[in-house]
Amino acid sequence: MLNMQGRPTHVGEVATGERQTFTRNRALQMEEPLIFETGRFDVTGVDIDEPEKFTPRLGAHARKSGIGLPGLTEPETMRHYVRLSQKNYAIDAGLYPLGSCTMKHNPRLNEKMARLPGLGDIHPLQPQSTVQGALELIETMAHWLMVLTGMPAIAMSPKAGAHGEACGMMAIKAAIAARGEGATRNVVLVPDSAHGTNPATAALIGYHVRAIPAREDGTVSAEAVRDALGPDVAAIMLTNPNTCGLFEKEIVEIARAVHEAGGYFYCDGANFNAIVGKVRPGDLGIDAMHINLHKTFSTPHGGGGPGAGPVVLSQALAPFAPVPFVRRDGEKLAFVEHAEGTQSFGRMTAFHGQMGMFVRALTYAMSHGSDGLRQASEDAVLNANYIRACLADVMSQPFGDRPCMHEALFDDRWLKDSGITTLDFAKAMIDEGYHPMTMYFPLVVHGAMLIEPTESESKASLDLFIMTLRDLAMSVRDGDVARFSGAPYFAPRRRLDETRAARQPVLKWVKPVTVAEAAE
Amino acid sequence: MRYLPLTPDDRAVMLMRIGARNIDALFADVPADRLLDAPPDLPRRKSEIEVERALSRMAAKNVAAGSVPFFVGAGAYKHHIPSTVDHLIQRSEFLTSYTPYQPEISQGTLQMLFEFQTQVAALTAMDVANASMYDGSTGCAEAVLMAHRVTRRKKTVLSGGLHPHYGEVVRTISAMAADDVTTLPPDIGAGEDILAKIDDSVSCVVVQSPDVFGNLRDLRPIAETCHVHGALLIAVFNEVVSLGLVEAPGAMGADIVVGEGQSIGNGLNFGGPYVGLFATRQKYIRQMPGRLAGETLDAEGRRGFVLTLSTREQHIRREKATSNICTNSGLCALAFSIHMTMLGEKGLRQLARVNHANAVKLADLLERTPNVEVLNESFFNEFTIRVKGDAADVIERMAAQGVLGGVPVSRLLPHAGLDDLIIVASSEVNTDDDRAALAAALQGVL
Repeated sequence: MLNMQGRPTHVGEVATGERQTFTRNRALQMEEPLIFETGRFDVTGVDIDEPEKFTPRLGAHARKSGIGLPGLTEPETMRHYVRLSQKNYAIDAGLYPLGSCTMKHNPRLNEKMARLPGLGDIHPLQPQSTVQGALELIETMAHWLMVLTGMPAIAMSPKAGAHGEACGMMAIKAAIAARGEGATRNVVLVPDSAHGTNPATAALIGYHVRAIPAREDGTVSAEAVRDALGPDVAAIMLTNPNTCGLFEKEIVEIARAVHEAGGYFYCDGANFNAIVGKVRPGDLGIDAMHINLHKTFSTPHGGGGPGAGPVVLSQALAPFAPVPFVRRDGEKLAFVEHAEGTQSFGRMTAFHGQMGMFVRALTYAMSHGSDGLRQASEDAVLNANYIRACLADVMSQPFGDRPCMHEALFDDRWLKDSGITTLDFAKAMIDEGYHPMTMYFPLVVHGAMLIEPTESESKASLDLFIMTLRDLAMSVRDGDVARFSGAPYFAPRRRLDETRAARQPVLKWVKPVTVAEAAE
Repeated sequence: MRYLPLTPDDRAVMLMRIGARNIDALFADVPADRLLDAPPDLPRRKSEIEVERALSRMAAKNVAAGSVPFFVGAGAYKHHIPSTVDHLIQRSEFLTSYTPYQPEISQGTLQMLFEFQTQVAALTAMDVANASMYDGSTGCAEAVLMAHRVTRRKKTVLSGGLHPHYGEVVRTISAMAADDVTTLPPDIGAGEDILAKIDDSVSCVVVQSPDVFGNLRDLRPIAETCHVHGALLIAVFNEVVSLGLVEAPGAMGADIVVGEGQSIGNGLNFGGPYVGLFATRQKYIRQMPGRLAGETLDAEGRRGFVLTLSTREQHIRREKATSNICTNSGLCALAFSIHMTMLGEKGLRQLARVNHANAVKLADLLERTPNVEVLNESFFNEFTIRVKGDAADVIERMAAQGVLGGVPVSRLLPHAGLDDLIIVASSEVNTDDDRAALAAALQGVL
C-alpha cells in the first residue's frame, strides 16, 4: 500500500537564533582541510604505467631524501579545489572596486583563444619557421599597443607591471650610460603618491630616490619637478592618470622640464584604462611606459598573476630595448635573441614574455576595436564619476568636489570621531557582498579609499553599490559601531590576526606531533 | 559592444547626475590639444566569430607540440596535464580574483598558496618557499640579489652548466648595480672546476642540475666550499619533474633553490606565463623576495591564512623593499599545485621514472644512429648529442619533415663554437614511434 502522507510544504514554526553545526560547515560554506591532512602517500590521481625494465643513467644522483607529498584521487582533488574556490570573491561574482587594479570583466573568448593548440601548445625554442603565426601575433599586439600609446617602439618581454618598470628604467640607464653620463646621473624623482613598485624599481636598478611632494590638489606641479631637477637626475617616474585618480594636468610641461634637464620620463601606465583611445601618452612627451595587460586589456588576475607588462619606448630609448624582439624581413618574421652587436641592455627573462597573455589581450583588443576601447575608457571614467558624485555628500573627497578619471578617491575625514576606521568600513562592505575598494593607498591621503568600478558595471549595479555605501554611511552617523568593528560577520572567516602571522611565521604545513610520539 | 553594459540613455542620465555637459567635460584636465577627437587608426570592433577566425588563422601557421614527434626542451617541457587542472583553474573564483588583499574573502587563494609553498618546500627539501616568481630565470636573478643582501657581498659566480638565458638575466640586472659576475665557459661534460672560483669575496655561486646540457651534478662539495667562504649556493633547475628521481638540492646543502615549475600543471605557451619556484632556509626568510602566505587565526579562533611578512615588500617598504615584484604567477602556481596534488609523491616518482626511462630509451637508440654521439654520462630526461653537421640546419631540416628534434646549442650560445650540439628532451608524451621518427629523421638529414 502506498503511503499517501506526502511531505510538508509549509514553513511551520521555525526556530531562530545562532546554531552550531557538527561539521562546522554552514550549508554551502564548507570547511576544507589542507591536502596534507586528507591526502595519503600511497594514493595518486594520475594513472601512469610503470616503465619497462631499463638501466637508469642517473649516475650517483638518485634521490635518497624523502619527499613527503600526499596525493589525492581525481574526485577528491575536484572537491578540494571547488570548495576552496567557494571561499574567494571574484569579479565574476560581484563588483570588485579595487582602485588602481582595474578589475574589469575577463571575457571567456580570451581563454578559448589562448587554448588553441597552435597558440598554447608551442615551445619558445621551436624552430622559428614553425612559429611564424606566434611571431605575427606578437607583432600585431605590439602594433596595437604602439598605436594606442602613440609610441614608436616596444619591449614585449616584461612579465608584469613591476618587471616592465624595471625594463623601462634599465633602458633609461643604458641610454644615459651611452651618453657618458652614467656616473653622474644617479637620482630618480618619484612623487609621494607613486605605487610602491616605483621607488622599489628605481632602487633595484641602482638609483637613489628623490621624493617629490604632492601638491594640495593631488597632482604634481611642474614647479616642484623643476626644483628637484638637476644634473644628477636620470629620470622621473610619474603615474598618469595618477594614484589619486587625477590626470596630471601639467604633464606636458613636466616632460619638457625633465628633457631640458637631460633626464627621461618614465610613465607608470597602471591607470592606462582611463585614457585608451582618448589621449596618447606619446603626445604627452613620455619616454617609456608599461602597460599592465592584466588591468587595461582584461587578462585575468588569477588571484595574483600571471600578468604581462609590455613597455612602449620613445625613439631615444628604442635602441636599448631588451632582447628578444621580433624583426620583420618581408614575409618572414624572426626573433633577435642576442644582444651582441646591438645596443640592447640585455635580457629580462628566459623566453619571449607572456605569450598566453598576449593572446588574451589581443583577443580583447580586437573584440573592442579602437572604437570600443575608446568607449570602454569613457565608460570607466563615467562610472567612477557617477559613484563620486552620488557619494560626495556623505563621504569626504581629499581634493574637493571635482571630476576624477577612472577611480574616485575618498579620505577618512568623514569618519572622524566615529570610532570607525577605513579598515572597519571596508570590512563592513564585505558583509554587504562587495569586495572593498583599495584602502590606505595612495599614502598621501589619510585613510584613503580608492574606488575603481571599471566600465564593466551596469548602471543598476552602480546604483545598488551607491545605495549600499550610503546605507553604511548612515550607520556611521547613527553610531552603529558594531556593524563595522565586528565586520565581517558573514564571510568564510572573521578578521584574521595578521600580527600573529608575522610574529610567529608559519609558512608551510608541518606534521603535528601526536601524543604517542611526544611520549617517546 | 558586448562587454559594455551602459546604454546611451544610461550615459546621458549619469552625466546629468554628475553635472557634466558631455563626456569630455570629465577629461578637462587633459591638455585640450592632446585630446583625440576620434579613435586611433586601428580596426573597429569584431564579433566573436570574426575574432576567432583571425586568431585561428595565426594559430594555424604554427606547429603545435602535440601534433608531431616532439623533443624540444632546454628550459620548457612538453608534459601531459590532467584535464582536471585546466577545468579547476578556470573556475571564476580562482581566475577572476585579485591578489588576496582581503583575506576574509580570499581564503581559497590563500590556502592554495600555503599548500603550494608546502609542496615546493618538500620537493626541494628546503625550509620555506614563497608564493611564486614570474619564472625560473627571473627567480634566479632575484636569488642572486637576495644572496647579496644576506652576505653583504656583490660577486656572483655562474656555472657553465647554467641555462644561458638565466645567466643573461642575472648579468643584465647585475650590470645595473655594477655587481661583479663571473661566468664560467659552457660546460658540456659537467667537468668544470668551480671550486677554484670560490673565495671570501664571493656572495653566491649559481649551479644548475640537471644542467642545461642535461648532466646531473653533485652539489655537496660546492655547498661545502661555499660555506667555508661565507658564500651561498644557489641551486637551479629547469625541469621540476626531475625532483621525483634526482637528489633534492636542499639535501645537498643549497641555501637558495630556484627553478622553473612549468612542467607541472602548465602548458608550453611559447615561453610564458610560467611559474618560478623559490625556496630557502628558515634563517633567510626576511630577505626573501615575493609574496608569502602564512597561517593564523581569525577572531573566533579558527585557522585561516593571510599574506604575511609584507614589511619586506614594495607596497610597505618602497625603495627599501627586498624586490619590486608585485603581481607574480598566482594562477600558474594554482595549476602547479593541483597537478602536484593529483600526482602526490607516488605519482611524481612514477612520472619521473617514465620520463627517465623514455630518455634512456631514446639515448640508447640515438647511440646506435650513425653520425650521432650522446655526450652525457648521466641525465634525467634531457641530454646533449653531437651530430656530424650544423645542428641548427639539422633541426630546421628535420622540422621540414615534421619532426621537432630538439634545441641547437647555437640558438642559446651563438658564438661558443658549439655548432654541432643539440639538446634533446624526452618526456612521458613520447612514444616508440616518436623516437623512431627522430632517429630516422636524423639519419635522413645527416
